Amino acid sequence: MTETPAGVTLAGVSKVYGNGGRAVPALDHVSLSVAPGEFICLIGASGCGKSTLLNLVAGLDTPTGGTISVKGRVAMMFQEPGLFPWLTAAGNIELALRAKGVGRLERKRRALELLDTVHLGGFGPKQPHELSGGMRQRVALARALAQDADVLLMDEPFGALDAMTRDLLHDELDRVREGRNLTVLFVTHNVREAARLGDRVVLLSSRPGKVIAEYPVPIPRPRRIDSAPVSELAGSITDRLREEVSRHGQ
Amino acid sequence: MASDLGPQPVSEGTQIAIAELAGLDALDLVGRGPSRGGSLALRFWRALWPKLAAIALVGVIWELIYADGYKHGIFPGPGPTMAALGDQVRTGLLWHAIGTTLERALIGFAMATLIGCLIGALVSRIRPLRAAVGSLITGLQTMPSIAWFPFAIILFGVNTEAILFVIVLGAAPSIANGLITGVDYTPPLLLKAGTMMGLRRLSLYRHLILPASLPSVVAGLKQGWSFAWRSLMAGELLVIVANQPSIGVLLSTYQDQSDMEDAVAIMIVILIIGLVVDSVFGRADHTIRKRWGLV
Repeated sequence: MTETPAGVTLAGVSKVYGNGGRAVPALDHVSLSVAPGEFICLIGASGCGKSTLLNLVAGLDTPTGGTISVKGRVAMMFQEPGLFPWLTAAGNIELALRAKGVGRLERKRRALELLDTVHLGGFGPKQPHELSGGMRQRVALARALAQDADVLLMDEPFGALDAMTRDLLHDELDRVREGRNLTVLFVTHNVREAARLGDRVVLLSSRPGKVIAEYPVPIPRPRRIDSAPVSELAGSITDRLREEVSRHGQ
Repeated sequence: MASDLGPQPVSEGTQIAIAELAGLDALDLVGRGPSRGGSLALRFWRALWPKLAAIALVGVIWELIYADGYKHGIFPGPGPTMAALGDQVRTGLLWHAIGTTLERALIGFAMATLIGCLIGALVSRIRPLRAAVGSLITGLQTMPSIAWFPFAIILFGVNTEAILFVIVLGAAPSIANGLITGVDYTPPLLLKAGTMMGLRRLSLYRHLILPASLPSVVAGLKQGWSFAWRSLMAGELLVIVANQPSIGVLLSTYQDQSDMEDAVAIMIVILIIGLVVDSVFGRADHTIRKRWGLV
């Protein structure tokens, strides 16, 4: 990893799938600098390459052009919790600790602590299927935290949840980030969610994905998704997003 | 007000939010967890009575055919057959035969499991080997194992080795295929999560791919067992090893003596052993699926 001043830096990153006449550009010269501890929301319509971008930062895929530098450990969360069904909630977290080389007793202790962090104390012995969707996603969050990550990549993590659960998980995520210097790259296509959570909202165009606008979010926390400033900002981002989408219909 | 919630003072807003979260969790969990009620005896009876009813139905049909006089004097009735079975159970010979047969089944199945898992692990990991051997395994699986006996008898002679050889050939392909399928169908999302967690190579296999393949491996073992059991019965009828009473030897002896009651009694023993072992695999399968939340 290159030493960089920022948590995550993307410089002119491009990604093309396939080659020759069938090549499909997914990302086109995306440059983005994320400070340590900053919460960035990536937003865009379908085909803007949001998930591709996260995969590149995660190192699961390599860019066709440009450079990516990430400072520190990376953890990732997905739309589905991706918990291992043969392990208990605590077992899932312990496995992440084990992969890092944490000793047996320490693993047990840390797993309980992390379950408490996501307010699931007492649910450690449950199998994932015995928990609700929101609770599973919190176990996944605890598992990501277990990896001692500096950078957390979140790929529409609350997309499959109902609105009430999602609101409460937004609060939970704010609480978890308190006192941690956690850099977050959060992909969503829910504009309000982006305005509710982010320090900065980055708008990507579609086919190929390109940064077309950035919105700082100067709204103090704690925020509410239905508050006036959040709605107002979400409104102006939505207008810009619609403009971009309608461009594809012509 | 916040003092009992931990060492750090928590704001009232946060407390409310945490209470909301706990409330939602409680609401979400209603209706989950153990669903089927009733005492152990009641659940046991619920599982048992359809089986008993089926056995009774077969008995009635059997008795009707017998009473109708079908192949009179040759076709045995359920009563005399059960009496013959009862007599055999009281002799040492049947138990000796069951012992020999089960020992062969156990050794053969264990060898098949070992070889099947080894081949499955290699084939699922090494791409060129997959291309070369993958379809061969399926081909072996479709070949009736009884067709191997001439080869086995010429190679090993009329002895237990020949029988074990055919059991392994019958069962190992299913077991290997079970493992290969399990590895192939490991959900990509779990692989992604495991990779992000830092699981690599061996640890990825041990902590992710193998446990994820378990249901498919158990299905392979179950199928492998049924092939092994069939191969063993065919083998014991074809390969009569001197001075070693086995289920197959008893069956072919009663055939030679035209002793229908005793022959059918042995068939019932074969059926029972098959069902008992099958239910063990069924149990294992159910336990896994329950743990994973698939039932």
